Amino acid sequence: MFSLEGKTALVTGATGGIGGAIARTLHAQGATVTISGTRQEKLDELKAELGERVHAIACNLDDGEAVDALPKQAAEAMGGLDILVANAGITKDGLLMRMKDEDWQQVLKINLESYFRLSRAALRGMMKARHGRIIGITSVVGVMGNPGQANYCASKAGMIGFTKSLAQEVAARGVTANCVAPGFIASPMTDALNDQQREAILSKIPANDLGSGEDIAAAVAYLASDEAHYVTGQTLHVNGGMAMI
Amino acid sequence: MSDVLARVKKIVVEHLDVEEDKVTESASFIDDLGADSLDNVELVMAFEEEFDIEIPDDAAEHIQTVGAAVKFISEKTG
Ligand SMILES: NC(=O)c1ccc[n+]([C@@H]2O[C@H](COP(=O)([O-])OP(=O)(O)OC[C@H]3O[C@@H](n4cnc5c(N)ncnc54)[C@H](OP(=O)(O)O)[C@@H]3O)[C@@H](O)[C@H]2O)c1
Repeated sequence: MFSLEGKTALVTGATGGIGGAIARTLHAQGATVTISGTRQEKLDELKAELGERVHAIACNLDDGEAVDALPKQAAEAMGGLDILVANAGITKDGLLMRMKDEDWQQVLKINLESYFRLSRAALRGMMKARHGRIIGITSVVGVMGNPGQANYCASKAGMIGFTKSLAQEVAARGVTANCVAPGFIASPMTDALNDQQREAILSKIPANDLGSGEDIAAAVAYLASDEAHYVTGQTLHVNGGMAMI
Repeated sequence: MSDVLARVKKIVVEHLDVEEDKVTESASFIDDLGADSLDNVELVMAFEEEFDIEIPDDAAEHIQTVGAAVKFISEKTG
């Protein structure tokens, strides 16, 4: 079950913690993957680690034209594009009263606008092929809100609404669109928390543990599979029970 | 039969999976050939690709029949 043998996938933010785990998992399930990010040396590292069936294409999501071109470049490299995983994302936190215009615009641009551009470009081939999987990595706070993250939460909530509209437009063509919403995932950032901060976070998570990139990747692999063809417009929450929605 | 008409017909037949003789110049994509609004968008995009032209949205709205498509494309490529 959930084999991705013969499938092709583009993963943005593959140089990061969660994106790297997603790329490894899709690859392990048999997919050919194109990994993307801005840090070339990280891309090279992951490419070398995965060995075969992998392409690396650097792309700065701040550059709209480059984003528009990325799905096509990936499709040309792999001979098609079945699965788009829009995972790259940034935060620029601050209380709303003090939030700068650039911090709002930048977060919306990288997290939400690039998702729109990538999806639009990827759809052309998917519609023709009568098959496709679009998966956006949103966040639990896109649904719950979080003080100090008005820009980030707006971008992540926007991804969910966008995905639902897109899903309705293309459902009859065998293309599905879904989101995966991570809760607290262990990363270099969470490693740096002190015991007290860690306790405070864990007290809100019934599973009493942080999640891993692999937990998110498994959800992505499921949504990317043929078996999930009847699941569309959904947000799959992977958060150890911290929010039950 | 003009070259444009032949190429438009081919795209329509392939895309909408209809009999070739149904694809007459007066045939409406939606009313006669069973297309939905998404098919119309896809057809316009397929024409753009095939003829290497751009079809703006306001023009695309008026391309509801095979003949209208042929006319628009012929003018653009003419
Ligand atoms: N970690 C969590 O607890 C958590 C929780 C909920 C949701 N999420 C979401 O999960 C996703 C991945 O997060 P993560 O924890 O793996 O973060 P991360 O390690 O910081 O990775 C972020 C990724 O986004 C890429 N990126 C950032 N700006 C970019 C730009 N301008 N152009 C191209 N790529 C860019 C980075 O690539 P480069 O470094 O190569 O530029 C990097 O690969 C994000 O969308 C995040 O919002 C994470």
